[in-house]
Amino acid sequence: MENLKVIVDIGSSGIAAGAGKVHTHLQNIIKQDQLPIDLQQTSGIGMCYKEPLVEVKDADGTYLYGDMTPDLIEDVLHSHLKLNVPLEKYVVHTANFDTPHNAFMNDQTRIALRHCGVIDPEKIEEYEAQGGYQAIKRLFKHKVEPGKIIQTIIDSGLRGRGGGGFPTGLKWKFAFNSKSDEKYIICNADEGDPGAFMDRSLLEGDPHAVLEGMIIGAYAMEATGGVVYCRAEYPLAIKRLNKAIQQAHDKGYLGKNSFGIDGFDFDIYVKEGAGAFVCGEETALIASIEGKRGMPRKRPPFPAVSGLWEKPSNINNVETLANIPWIISNGPDKYAAYGTEKSKGTKVFALAGKINRGGLVEVPMGISIEDVVYKLGGGIPDNKKLKAVQLGGPSGGCIPAHLLDTKVDYESVTATGAIMGSGGLVVMDETTCMVDVARFFLDFTRKESCGKCTFCRIGTKRMLEILTRITEGDGKPEDIDKLLELGEEVKKNSLCGLGQTAPNPVLTTIRYFKDEYEAHINDKKCPAAVCKQLLHYEIDPEKCTGCTVCAKACPTEAISGERKGVHVIDQDKCIQCGECYSKCNFDAVLVS
Amino acid sequence: MRVQRLPQKPAQTEPSEQVDLSLLDPLIDKYKNKKGNMIPLLQGTQDIYGYLPRAAFEKIAQETGLQLNDMFGVATFYAQFRLKPVGKNIVKVCHGTACHVQNATKISESLEETLGVKDGETTEDMLFTLESVACLGCCSLAPVMMIGDETYGNLDGKKASRIVKDIRRSEQN
Repeated sequence: MENLKVIVDIGSSGIAAGAGKVHTHLQNIIKQDQLPIDLQQTSGIGMCYKEPLVEVKDADGTYLYGDMTPDLIEDVLHSHLKLNVPLEKYVVHTANFDTPHNAFMNDQTRIALRHCGVIDPEKIEEYEAQGGYQAIKRLFKHKVEPGKIIQTIIDSGLRGRGGGGFPTGLKWKFAFNSKSDEKYIICNADEGDPGAFMDRSLLEGDPHAVLEGMIIGAYAMEATGGVVYCRAEYPLAIKRLNKAIQQAHDKGYLGKNSFGIDGFDFDIYVKEGAGAFVCGEETALIASIEGKRGMPRKRPPFPAVSGLWEKPSNINNVETLANIPWIISNGPDKYAAYGTEKSKGTKVFALAGKINRGGLVEVPMGISIEDVVYKLGGGIPDNKKLKAVQLGGPSGGCIPAHLLDTKVDYESVTATGAIMGSGGLVVMDETTCMVDVARFFLDFTRKESCGKCTFCRIGTKRMLEILTRITEGDGKPEDIDKLLELGEEVKKNSLCGLGQTAPNPVLTTIRYFKDEYEAHINDKKCPAAVCKQLLHYEIDPEKCTGCTVCAKACPTEAISGERKGVHVIDQDKCIQCGECYSKCNFDAVLVS
Repeated sequence: MRVQRLPQKPAQTEPSEQVDLSLLDPLIDKYKNKKGNMIPLLQGTQDIYGYLPRAAFEKIAQETGLQLNDMFGVATFYAQFRLKPVGKNIVKVCHGTACHVQNATKISESLEETLGVKDGETTEDMLFTLESVACLGCCSLAPVMMIGDETYGNLDGKKASRIVKDIRRSEQN
């Protein structure tokens, strides 16, 4: 019999779910029982909600199994090896039959993620077997002029995937036009948005694609050095990047006379970030690479003229770079065939929050948010109602349910007051309080403000104070207007993207959910029952069985009552901690 | 902007400041005279001691020519750097967007109560340091916390407390 091929999905989110244990267990039983199994690994296919994932390839086809544990994987192997059939119950994706989860993979268009979950990212051979490094080799073989490569990227319509949406080809052209003996191409992998993990998955799952994108860029722009600025919080991504760089060196793809081209001495190193959200901003990122405090500076001069070490520099996001080799290989027209008039190609989104299928999806631009949430994401758990979708993290905004038909492209998303951002898409349902969400994001940007611009430094703090007092029931009627005014000022008077976008979550929630703000301020009520100080707990005498669980859980002894008798909450002692509500087994504690 | 002040008193009075400075030598050799070396030097120092001891700052400044004030400036700017020793287990509670909407606040509150420390503090027995972090990036497991290299997902306050209690028990045995 032919060997079974078993591939364990070992990326950060897989490991968090227990993929490492499944892999170790497989290694052990294969060795122990001399099983005819060829065990391999891959990383991050994107179906995070079903991790740990294990793919089994037999003579009949490929089956992706979800929610694997060391015990379950034994059952799966038994079924394949002894009974010669897949264990259908746990299959989450296959071409051979329908599963409830097939749509998650089938409805995607995977360009940036083309190799994620397919190849072993730690083996350059597997990347090359999929056509990797062919794009750059073809450019050299046909002696394609840098100007022509840049034109190809311009024609493809590719725009910066880090959030800005600036045309990548133009950016390259600016850098190309700055003549210098030293020039840098920098990959921005400082993915700081909470709720976004696209770049991490790409670096973990397909590091060579990013390197190839950088090498193509370096050749096109005549750059002499490359830096990947990666968050230190991504140890696995850093490890795999360094391994990939070493492998590329061994093959002669990096270093002196790369690819055997005389005078093309290009090398890449990884620079670990030290934890500052503002370093996602280009000039702050450059300051950080130089070893300084990551504070942005005034532009011009733009980095294309004077960047790292005051030399011309070009900065691209991870996802942008991963698209480059595909565009070179397949031609700009094929890429531009996806998407809308002004937003070409595809975009990767990290789906999270109140959604059934959280994970990573890549879709063509122009698809509606509704399709992303319902068709791919499988809708909202527990049949709850969707309230809003948050796009773009702390710089973005909340798109309300009635605008769900908004198309995913730079212009349409910006028109709602949100931004496309790097791709974090957090779904919120009726149990999410929008004032609390605005406060959460502002708390984040307030902490991360570098402090250079007064409005960003003090304005965000004042806005946070106002939001905090609204959520605590001390809001004043004039607060909404104050927030709007302050928000506009912070946007106008900040030097970099952080400050210019920080008020977005507040401004969009006021725009679409003003009633929630008013309920907090005027009625001292939180409609979603989230803001603690505005809650009121009561025990339903009909439902209370007198089990005393709530009284025992109450930290302030505010609940009294005899065993088997109805319990009551002393409102003066209650601190609204919600312990009784979460402990009650009979739904007898009511929140209002 | 995070502003943390260095302790005003001379650091030598703290017993935890008795650090072996010779451990820094290979690091200083590696990065001395390289441009942009400050952050890697500080990261390397923290890898050795778990935090940035004052004496290490002084030694690096003397041997590399970096300015003390620049180093403090950088060390206090970035979230990664710590100026105080940390506990054996660093408990990182994720407060990313996905965790926030799944009630991560509750996890932090429970842990604060169980460990008897506030966010950013270390327990007296030096076993735990409690931290909130922006995003651990395993949003589908939200709410999440990380202790060492181990990630714990789908938490509630009670589960989180039980996990640290179990660790404390096994450390004491």
